[in-house]
Amino acid sequence: MNVLIKYDISYTCKAILQEQLQKLEMDYRIIGLNEIEFKKAPTTSQIEQLKSDFLHYGIEIIDNQRTALVQKIKDTIIEMVWKENNLPSITTSMHLAEKLNHSYGYLSNLFSEVTFTTIENFIIFQKIERAKNMIINEDFTLTEISYELNYSSVAHLSNQFKKTTGLTPSAFQRIVKIKRENRSSS
Amino acid sequence: MSNKPLRILLADDDDDDRTFFKEALEDIKIKTIVTIVNDGIELMEFLNNPSELLPDVIFLDLNMPRKNGIQCLEEIRKDERLKELTVAIYSTSGAERDIEETFVKGANVYIKKPNDFTALKKVVEEAMRINWQFHTSCLNKDTFMLSI
Repeated sequence: MNVLIKYDISYTCKAILQEQLQKLEMDYRIIGLNEIEFKKAPTTSQIEQLKSDFLHYGIEIIDNQRTALVQKIKDTIIEMVWKENNLPSITTSMHLAEKLNHSYGYLSNLFSEVTFTTIENFIIFQKIERAKNMIINEDFTLTEISYELNYSSVAHLSNQFKKTTGLTPSAFQRIVKIKRENRSSS
Repeated sequence: MSNKPLRILLADDDDDDRTFFKEALEDIKIKTIVTIVNDGIELMEFLNNPSELLPDVIFLDLNMPRKNGIQCLEEIRKDERLKELTVAIYSTSGAERDIEETFVKGANVYIKKPNDFTALKKVVEEAMRINWQFHTSCLNKDTFMLSI
């Protein structure tokens, strides 16, 4: 005997989503057909749980949102490091958490998962990039650079420069200078 | 930001070094696709073959017969199509003069070949990690220099 059935796909999906989401015991809202809003950001492990629960029904959580958030973290750091004048007086972690509306712990875990590096290392990396830029483009002294980038001393800046690039600031400066001379003479 | 594997091209004439390098890459977190050539001539043939995809990073042994690493580096930097490629020099010398000279000639990374496998894995991962940052953050490649 054959029985005919009929269903509304969006109604069915919504029911499945609700069923699974309730397991998390969190405040949520389903927006349209493919977006879920959480009142409080789920932890990475809750997301993982949801991912595997959803997968059973062939529903996938799109990771793009995670990469989009990582991009926002990067943008915020770059803005902080590269803008004129000193870095803000509040700590980076507070600034990121406030601006992006997630706990720093969540942001930090997410960042490490996606980029193969930590937020702290990324900040150092960007600061050294800016230091390089100042060394070659604007003829700043190391003292000025260390002040601008909030290093406690020139030695601290030099050490971090050497640790990040393998070169001392003066070796770097020398290499860039020779490269430029070679380029203009050829 | 993509999670596509990075394409690596290794040029090294030493059989053991090639094997170690390949194993080191297999062990790190960043996903890679590795192509290996045996010397500088083969490297330039590969790069100049328009049907081959260009790699994201080239690891170049300094001492190779027929055409050495520095010669390859110079050719790469003079070629309009190739000059933006990231080049990592891979050498047994740790002399400061050799290091500076390769950077002046346009290398991005200088790796002193370590003696043991654990150390090799570490430096290869570090090189890939930093390169990844440049790859995904549109940074100034001209001042991308890393000596490890």
